[in-house]
Amino acid sequence: MSTTTSRTRPGRTTAGPGAVRPRRSTAVVTGAAGLALVVAVLAGIWVGAVPLAPGGVVLTLADRALGPFGVDVPGGLEGTQAAVLLQLRLPRVVLAVLVGAALAVSGAAYQGVFRNPLADPYLLGAAAGAGLGATLTIAYSPVQSVGPVGIVPLAAFAGALFGVFCALALGSVAGGAHSPTLLLAGIAVAAFLAAAQNLVQQQNSDDLREIYGWMIGQLGSSQWSDVLLVLPYLGVACAVLLCCGRALDVLAVGDDEAGSLGVHPGRLRLLVILAASLATASAVAVSGLIGFVGLVVPHIVRRLAGGSYTRVLPLSLLMGGAFLVLADLIARVILSPAELPLGVVTAFVGAPFFAVLLWAGARRR
Amino acid sequence: MSGSLPRAARSTSRTQRRSRVALPALTALLLVLPACGDSAEGEDEGAAASSSSAADFPVTLTADNGEVTLEEQPAAIVSMSPTATETLFAIGAGDQVEAVDDNSNHPADAPITDLSAFTPNAEAIVAYEPDLVVLSDDQNGIVDSLEALDVPVLLLGSAEDLDDAYAQMELLGEATGHADEAADAVADVRDRIESAVDSVPADAAGQKVFHELGPELYSADSSTFIGSIYSLLGLENIADGAPDPSGGYPQLSAEYVVEQAPDLIVLADTKCCDQSAATVAERPAFGAVPAVVDGRVVEADDDVASRWGPRIADFAETVAEALQG
Repeated sequence: MSTTTSRTRPGRTTAGPGAVRPRRSTAVVTGAAGLALVVAVLAGIWVGAVPLAPGGVVLTLADRALGPFGVDVPGGLEGTQAAVLLQLRLPRVVLAVLVGAALAVSGAAYQGVFRNPLADPYLLGAAAGAGLGATLTIAYSPVQSVGPVGIVPLAAFAGALFGVFCALALGSVAGGAHSPTLLLAGIAVAAFLAAAQNLVQQQNSDDLREIYGWMIGQLGSSQWSDVLLVLPYLGVACAVLLCCGRALDVLAVGDDEAGSLGVHPGRLRLLVILAASLATASAVAVSGLIGFVGLVVPHIVRRLAGGSYTRVLPLSLLMGGAFLVLADLIARVILSPAELPLGVVTAFVGAPFFAVLLWAGARRR
Repeated sequence: MSGSLPRAARSTSRTQRRSRVALPALTALLLVLPACGDSAEGEDEGAAASSSSAADFPVTLTADNGEVTLEEQPAAIVSMSPTATETLFAIGAGDQVEAVDDNSNHPADAPITDLSAFTPNAEAIVAYEPDLVVLSDDQNGIVDSLEALDVPVLLLGSAEDLDDAYAQMELLGEATGHADEAADAVADVRDRIESAVDSVPADAAGQKVFHELGPELYSADSSTFIGSIYSLLGLENIADGAPDPSGGYPQLSAEYVVEQAPDLIVLADTKCCDQSAATVAERPAFGAVPAVVDGRVVEADDDVASRWGPRIADFAETVAEALQG
């Protein structure tokens, strides 16, 4: 890290924000973020509670990747080790990428829509709604799953969308999709749903551990079926969000100005909120409530690559995935073979990192 | 009574205030909260009021909340502890129990109410006009509140080992005038656990056990009460592989559990979370675990496995049985 005399060395630290803000080609920053994601994923696959030989991991993965083309790669892992890699670790890393990407890109989108740096994907009641849905099913549902899909993820997904829907409905009744009104509607809905969730939780103290485990977020029981469950929603939502970068840049100058530039603020806001909420809801369904990623990753990206949403959205996608894979890696390893709650790690690692970025940025100015 | 029990009780209320900071501690606390569901089997209780002796009072006892003096034999006990409820009925003090908390689901004829031990309310408890309240957790300063109202309170926190559990049973015997029956109950539990230990075949010694508290793979290591039972049975507890800072109730990594290849899996999440031998077999990578292959997945009763009353003997017998042949 920079010492006290580092004022005159712009660009020295890799985390150095301010000075690099003006220009650096999009290809370079995207490549760097992509590389960060790849490194994070490789680390996530290699490291875990059970030590696996790197060579064996590579050969096993090559064998599985080339298998459909009729190519057999010998020498891979066998038995329990292969099962650990392919059925436990790999789906978990993939899911971490998807969830982290979804939360970060949604957070960036929310911040753009509300022109508010404190916005995060849970702002409009998605978290509170998902929490209520999950708590209700944990406490009262007589069945554990509907077909192959667990009832808790389903309820969390529906609850998240319900929370956002209530906020949008209340916001439009109270004064259209004007952003401060919507924000306040979201806060009201979130507070109400969270209170309802607390009430249900208090009435069912015997289910507390399960509810609590869900609320702090976890990827420990990830399966390939979870990946398949969220992938379609995430794909659609992310595609929509990535297309909205230009429009969000225009919106940043103000509703009236955006209108005169051909962007319909109300419609854009609705579209972005719906897409971001869909991504958030599917992420929450498989991982519970993982805080901090959606708030801070977009800010880190802004500090590194400037504030244009054409950059912030795709880079948040990549960095969010990388960040959550690394956070989950720490959650798995630091007390191995025990685990830490992922939501604790994201804040524990992310907050100091973000503080350093803020501090470094302030020194530059 | 173990000197560390009051500490455990105090940390309970502290955890509430600092839940964000003390997440692992809270997790551990939640793990020891009594589990849900209805009771499985009835047990002998009540009728033996004949042997109770009012002559033993006043009596002074030392519980986790310090010295407590009972002037007369209590006749209206409120039990806010499912473990204490089971013990009270097992030692023939059931007739003296006026009300029990909403988790005290055993035995079936315990006077269950909607009193919550997790969010206890002094007024609601006092409404039953108790002459003794038994608690396992001092939530929300409830002990102070009740003592301020001159209601005798016995705080009996989670037992750390069998001796703790026996001491609590004997203490409840003295507190209710059923000391002899309590001694009998302790002797009975002691004998049954000894027989269970003796019944374990020699080749089962050192086999690996995984005790599951939830499908998120929370477990209990040998430092816990339930873990001490596995130690007695001569089993190796795979949760002991977790480092100390993870507490006695670590959440184990799925890959670690699979790699450890436990010979015995004990599910203490059958009622809360609908887990069974079948659901375990369906989990990714669990199909090849020896316990699953050999059919040694014990579907235990969550309540029995999370309490430290007389039914702990049932639990020891169930586990020992699974180790036969």
